[in-house]
Order: sequence, then structure tokens, then C-alpha cells
Amino acid sequence: MSATPTGAQQPGAAYTFQEAAEDIRRHAFAVVVDNEPGVLARVIGLFSGRGYNIESLTVSTVTEDESVSRITIVTSGTEMVIEQIKAQLARLIPVHDVHDLTIEGDVIEKEVALIKVVAKEHQRRESLRIADIFKATVADTTLESFVFQIQGSPGKVDSFVELMRALGETEVARSGVVAMSRGAGVISAE
Amino acid sequence: MSTVTLSGAQMIIKSLVDQGVEVIFGYPGGAVLPIYDELFKQNQIRHVLVRHEQGAVHAAEGYARSTGKVGVVLVTSGPGATNAVTGLTDALMDSIPVVCLTGQVPTHLIGNDAFQECDTTGITRPCTKHNYLVKEVDKLAKTMHEAFYVARTGRPGPVVIDIPKDVQFAAGPYTGPENIVHKTYKPKTEGDAPAIERAVDLLMSAKKPIIYAGGGVINAGPEASDLLREFVTLTNYPTTLTLMGLGALPANAPQFLGMLGMHGTYEANWAMHDCDVMLALGARFDDRITGRVDAFSPNSKKIHVDIDPSSINKNIRADVPIIGDAKTVLEQILAAWKKRGAKPNGDALAAWWRQIDAWRDVKCLSFETNDKTIKPQQAIRRLFELTRDRDPYITTEVGQHQMWAAQHFDFFAPNRWMTSGGLGTMGYGLPAAIGVQMAHPDALVIDIAGEASILMNIQEISTAVQYRLPVKIFITNNRYMGMVRQWQELLHGSRYSESYSEALPDFVKLAEAYGALGLRAETPADLDETIVRMIDYDGPVIADIAVDPAENCFPMIPSGQAHNEMILAASDDAIDEKGKVLV
Repeated sequence: MSATPTGAQQPGAAYTFQEAAEDIRRHAFAVVVDNEPGVLARVIGLFSGRGYNIESLTVSTVTEDESVSRITIVTSGTEMVIEQIKAQLARLIPVHDVHDLTIEGDVIEKEVALIKVVAKEHQRRESLRIADIFKATVADTTLESFVFQIQGSPGKVDSFVELMRALGETEVARSGVVAMSRGAGVISAE
Repeated sequence: MSTVTLSGAQMIIKSLVDQGVEVIFGYPGGAVLPIYDELFKQNQIRHVLVRHEQGAVHAAEGYARSTGKVGVVLVTSGPGATNAVTGLTDALMDSIPVVCLTGQVPTHLIGNDAFQECDTTGITRPCTKHNYLVKEVDKLAKTMHEAFYVARTGRPGPVVIDIPKDVQFAAGPYTGPENIVHKTYKPKTEGDAPAIERAVDLLMSAKKPIIYAGGGVINAGPEASDLLREFVTLTNYPTTLTLMGLGALPANAPQFLGMLGMHGTYEANWAMHDCDVMLALGARFDDRITGRVDAFSPNSKKIHVDIDPSSINKNIRADVPIIGDAKTVLEQILAAWKKRGAKPNGDALAAWWRQIDAWRDVKCLSFETNDKTIKPQQAIRRLFELTRDRDPYITTEVGQHQMWAAQHFDFFAPNRWMTSGGLGTMGYGLPAAIGVQMAHPDALVIDIAGEASILMNIQEISTAVQYRLPVKIFITNNRYMGMVRQWQELLHGSRYSESYSEALPDFVKLAEAYGALGLRAETPADLDETIVRMIDYDGPVIADIAVDPAENCFPMIPSGQAHNEMILAASDDAIDEKGKVLV
């Protein structure tokens, strides 16, 4: 089946007239790679060179001998672009395996964030109350500030950060998303 | 497995020998002196001294494309490496196996902005299939062998190994190419059996089939071309080839429709547009092939065979994707076809051929000659006719002459046609011809050139003269960057901005200055004699052929349009506003 002509008007992307009439989807990828110098640069260079989005990227070694790393990438694109991203990642020589977790089933996405809130009096008390609701913990305190530590889904962290911003001057550091499929299936790190 | 202790530089030479390398192309410099010292002490590997590192990579590409072997390059750090970048990108785009060794400053100076230091692995990361920086001599031999494996396996491509000078001096254990198993890189070569069956179902039921084959068939080795011919003969299905695929089916096969794409034939492009089943073999549906993607072959089921999974569904959706090597998959398709006793739909196929013959009758490649001016198509056609008995190897530069060569020079076997397809690198043809001639010392090797392109790597004539390589440079000289001029004529109101070849050298004297033979033809009456003198001369030749400066390359699919909108001659409204922004 070929795509029906969309009659797109916008020729900005020099080689094609097709507009992104299709849905943009958000996908989480787990990329198992050799832990060698330059491997992260290869992955990031692939995304920038081919014009793909990176919403979040995290990386750490995951084997006992530290020979293998797992990169979690959250990205978005049309179905065709998402398929390309998977194929292009798999093409990199040090990549063992690429999993599109969003396609493979239910996925758990978690993130850790530190949020510093500088506030006094009522706002200060309110920030503590909201932190309690979100099960955020206090990592540091002074008489005029808290640093909260929160973990959970990116959406939960977003909501918490948004509320804290209303209460005072804030500083935010987020880890980026780590993701894993639900169920007993295991992605081997070999 | 016994190991011996060698210096890094010795290991490099030994691993090249163990990989069967006979020729390398390079240019010395401070950071590779230990390797050049080892080269000096041995006789197994011939080194060809180029005049610019870009030329070294193109020469290695020419060597690789005409033999199917890996081409090898040796250059120094810094400018040596950066000069190689165009060649590496060219090899990546055209899937040519190349191993490029670059010197690097000593490890303790890396990151110090040392003399002739550059971040070679950083710069070449996006223009290689893979690259390595070897910081420990213990890993050097393994990396060398792995690099050859990566370069030639799967979809071939260029691999860079960056070797600091202290690693070249250091001693370590050498291991041979045996038992080098790559941990992660194991490309799939055999197509999935159910997909093969579905492909054969579609091919059997096709009423208007077409086979569209590309460089993947060439890269899969000459046997793949034999298998393609067998399948085409068996089915009598019309077949078109991409620029990269020319030679995969002999040009005189009755089923051959010529090249397709932007400057492809009328019959090939219309057949692509109107077909109902398309078998794409080792071709990647790039923009020069498809034209406007949303109007590309709108009513066909597409079977796409490619060794690179990322080629599938990149530009055009495949109904039956098959990941595998073109040779293996052709074997599988042929076996399945024969096992089922399949026969094409005779009546439908006959009707399809009648339609195709009507398109052929347009004679889209015809051109008119006169006695005053040589037409560029005429020059290339006569070159073909006067050399066809000598099984020539043809390289080209990039531009109009390249398209005319693709249209008017016929190829009967794979590995005879070397042209820069993906990157479109002006200056490719002469160094590539040098690489081809090194691999085939007795063959007739011709670079079909334009007067603008040839000047981009003209210095390599010196290389040809030094090694007594009798390459023939056939310049179709229209005194313009012809393809630029053609686009300016069609798209920019004939405002020929900077596309006139001002202050050209006298190519005859230029040839003589380098110690080569210079010839010139100015009228059609001189043409044949000049060609004959060129091919009969035992040494490098520049033949400067003055051709009609106003000639344009047709047929043409204007950018942003569909195959059935191709034009056969210039007209004012050929390209609309949207098409003008395309390249």
C-alpha cells in the first residue's frame, strides 16, 4: 500500500513534500551497547545527524564487569521515523540490541529529581505538605530552603515541579527516564 | 595459537598481509613515519603515493569496486585525516569497503592541540561505518582484523583506525585473523523463508512486474549478477538498474529498460510508475530514484530486498520486506520459483511488454548530430563503440557527463562502472581510475570527465605518470559546470551565476607538463581518431573533447515531481515553485 498523496504545501525539508500528517508518538527505547569510549557520542550523533528528537537519555553500565551499558532513550516521531530510529540504532557496530519498549508491551518509566525550593512562611509549609502528598523526601534543608528528592513517572515529577515553581524560586535537576518492560521477560545484557 | 611480539608498525604491515592486501594508497607524514619505515623494509605490499589524501580514498574505492576486495588507505594525522573525509563519506554513501589507517599524535599529547592533531574519530564518526582509536598496542592486531571484517561484511563501508605514534613504536603480541569473532556485528544474509514465499506469490501473480536492482547486487559479488540474469531470463520480467547497479544485467539483455530515476529512461520510469509488483533488489529508493515520494509507483506491491534493515521503509513502504544478501535472496527466490514450477502470467506480461515497447518507441535518449560541433552524447557513444571489445573499466566525475555516460555507455558485466552516486563527488573519477588500473594493470581504464570536475583532483595525473598507469581521461569539455548551468537554465532564468569555466588550462599542454599525452578533438571529424589514439597509447592520456556547450541532459524528472511527469526536453514550465527549492 502506498501512502495517499497528502498534497502537502510546505517544501521546507528539501527532499520531500510529505507532511507529518501522521500521528507523532512517544516511544521509550532500551539500547544495550558495549561500554566503550565514544559509544554515547555515536548514539547522540545519530539522533542529531538524522534530525530525530531526544526527549530524555540516560546511560549506565549494567553488568558486573561493566562491559555493557544500557541507554534509555525517550523519543518521538511518526511510526516510520520510530521504525527508522530502531533500525539506525541497531546498525551501530557496538550496539548489541535495541528494544522499543513501547511496542513490546506495558512499560515502567521512572525518574529521580532534586528540586530546590527557596521559600518562607506559608509557602515553605505548603511545599512540605505537597512533598508529603507526592511522597517526596527532604534531602537538604536550611531555614529558607528545601531540596526535595522525588521519584516516579515523568508525569508525576512534572506535576511536582510545577507546583513547587508556584511556591518560590526553584532549581531543578532531573535524572532522565529509565524504563523497563513489565512482566517476567528479561532483556539480556550480553 | 602462537603469538609473536612485534612493534605496532610491524603489526600493521603483518595484519595487512594476513588480510590479503596487495596494494595500499597513501601519503606519508609525521604521525605515520614508523609505518612507512616498515613499508620500506618489505616487498609484499605495494604502496601508491597519491598527491592528495582525498585521492587516496577514491583510489582505494576504485580498487575495491572493481575487485570486490577491501581498499586500503594510509594517511597521517591532522590534515591527512581531514583531507580523507570526503572520500570516506563517498565510500559510506556508496557502500564501498575501505579501511583507512590514520596516524595520530602520541597518546600523551591527545587533547593538547598538538601539532597536526585533530579529533579524527570524532570527525569521522558520522562518515564511517565504524571507527577506532587504538590506545594500547595489545589491541592493535585484533582491531585491524576486526576493521576488515566490519568493512566487508553486511552492507560494506569505510572503517577508520586511528593509531597514535607511540602505539606504532610500542611492542606487543600479534594475533592473526583467525578466530576473530565480532561480539555484536553479525549481519543477517539469508531472507526469512515465509517472506520469500510471499514474494514469489506476488511475483507469480504479477500482471505488470518490474525488477529494480541497485548497487547491492554489485556488492553481493558477480554471482549475484549471474543469478539476476538467470531470474530475468526465466521470467522475462522488465528490469531497470540504478546508477549504482549498472552492469548487474548486461545492457543488451532484451529485458533491460535502462537506468531509472531523475535522468533515467522514459520506459524505465513509466514502467516503475505503472507496475503492479516491484522487486527492489539491493536498492534504497533514494530521492533521485523516487522523485515525489507520495506519487511514487502508486499502485504496486513492493518487495524490498536489502541487507541493511534501516533501508527498509526509510523512504517507501515495503509490502514484503526481506532482509538479506542480494545473492542469497536471489538464490532463495529462484529455488522457490522453480520448486513451485511457477510461470509468469503470459497474456498479461505480453500486454505489459507491448506497453513498454510503446514507451521505448519514444526513443528518449536520441540526439541530433551535425558536422560542426561534437555532441557530448555522441562523444560518449563513440567512446563506447570504439572500446566495447576491450572490456573497459569506466570511472566518472560528477555532473552532466556522468549522466550521459550512464545513459550512453553500455555495461555487460558488474564491477566495470565506478561512479560517485550517493555523495556526488566531483574529482572522484581520476583517482578512482588509478585504483582500478592498479587492480587491473592490463585493462583499459577510462575516466569520463568534465572540464570542471577533473580540475578538482587533477594533481593525481602525477600519480598515474609515476606508476606508469595508462589511465585515459576523456574530458567532455563544454566550458561550463554543465549540470549547474542546466539547473540555472531550467530554474533560475538562465542566469549562469559562476557556472562558466573561466580561464581553463590548455589540457594538452597540461598533460604534457605532467609527462602524459595530451590530445584534442574539436569537430566531429576528429572524434574517432582522437579516441583511437587515446586508447592505443601506452600511457596516461588526457583527451580534451570540445562538445556543444548548450546541450542539456534529458530525459529528466524535475525535482519534486513524479515519474510520469518526466520531461524529454526543456520547456519553461517544467519545474514549479515547489520543485525549485529541491536539489
